[in-house]
Amino acid sequence: MESAIVSGLQGILLGVINLDVQHIVMIAVGCTLVWLGISKGYEPLLLLPIGFGAILVNIPQAGMMDEHGFLRFFYDNGVLTEIFPLLIFIGIGAMTDFQPLLENPKIILLGAAGQFGIFLTLLLALALGFDKLDAVAVAIIGACDGPTAIYVSSKFAPHLLGAVSVAAYSYMSLVPLIQPPIMRILTTDKERKIVMGVVKQPVSKTTKIIFPVVVTIVASILAPLGAALIGTVMLGNLLRESGVVDRLRSASENEIANIVTLLLGLAIGGTMQADKFLRGETLLVLALGLIAICLDTAVGVLFGKLMSLLTGGKINPLIGAAGISAFPMSARVVQVEGQKYNKKSYLLMHAMSANAGGQIGSVIAAAVMLSVLKGMGITG
Amino acid sequence: MDTWTFGWTVALIGMGGTMLVLWSLSLLILLIKKIFPYQSQETEMQKS
Repeated sequence: MESAIVSGLQGILLGVINLDVQHIVMIAVGCTLVWLGISKGYEPLLLLPIGFGAILVNIPQAGMMDEHGFLRFFYDNGVLTEIFPLLIFIGIGAMTDFQPLLENPKIILLGAAGQFGIFLTLLLALALGFDKLDAVAVAIIGACDGPTAIYVSSKFAPHLLGAVSVAAYSYMSLVPLIQPPIMRILTTDKERKIVMGVVKQPVSKTTKIIFPVVVTIVASILAPLGAALIGTVMLGNLLRESGVVDRLRSASENEIANIVTLLLGLAIGGTMQADKFLRGETLLVLALGLIAICLDTAVGVLFGKLMSLLTGGKINPLIGAAGISAFPMSARVVQVEGQKYNKKSYLLMHAMSANAGGQIGSVIAAAVMLSVLKGMGITG
Repeated sequence: MDTWTFGWTVALIGMGGTMLVLWSLSLLILLIKKIFPYQSQETEMQKS
């Protein structure tokens, strides 16, 4: 009887007995993410469930990521299978209006320049001693696109998924702080004051419907390993533009995206176990992620300067900063910066074109990278 | 394959490939717009 009572008490105290400093630190990290989401409004849709998942997984003996654990189920079936990011891509496609880009297609090149940070960070990560596949996972933070980062890192370096996801979503929400200083450093006062004319090239409904189909076919043939990424974004956009499947469009951008976002966040939080997350490597991942987004912005602005030069000063280089995937936040940053230097300058629509190009660009960059790696015999 | 050969290959083909694919897409958009130009009736339809 006495031993039974002792065993029973031990069972109750199991969590307390096994609680160590690492667990407490990670629970504090989880609470910080929840706080950032609620109080600061930093990507709350993702940071809140990620933070809560991080708290849950670091409760000793709770077994959240054990073989039949609550979070493990979502991780195995949604993240490792890459289903969750792909379902979110359908929602993103359904929410995105590519009209500004279709009106001014040459701006899409800024969306390519805005991805160069991915590849430059890859070199930096390799120089810092990261393993090849880990370097790929870290570099993809430069896509500035959460689902793309999750898709690639879960393929090549699942052990870095927590750090990569937290970095991707945190820095995306910090774009209004990260970009302006870089934009100012790389442009002259004269360039920042350039007024861009209104582009009056209306787009037919047929073009809007054909666009996602053509992009899927052409881009997938050129970079077949990214067909799932490109295809899901464009499927979502086709649901939107076709105008005949309003229920599917609505479900994609609301119910499906919401449910998957919740489960994806929890599953990512589940990867933030103390023994895997509390490493020097995590800090390096966070630092490299920040550098990646800074490089994206810098190359985008520099490419904007080149386009400005080639067009005889008709393009304001500031819009190059919007060539990243943080939509529409980055376009708004460009508009605000442009207005600071010239009240008559309305860059929003041009920046939206570049931003939409950045959304396509991030997916294409990941697709190209996956295809190059496959061609080199390196697969996740 | 050594680390730097890997890194430079992925970086150069990656940047070039991304630029090339997006440039091709911009040309395709122009082509589609030429084949299916905007009709002024669409404005009237939108208004109604």
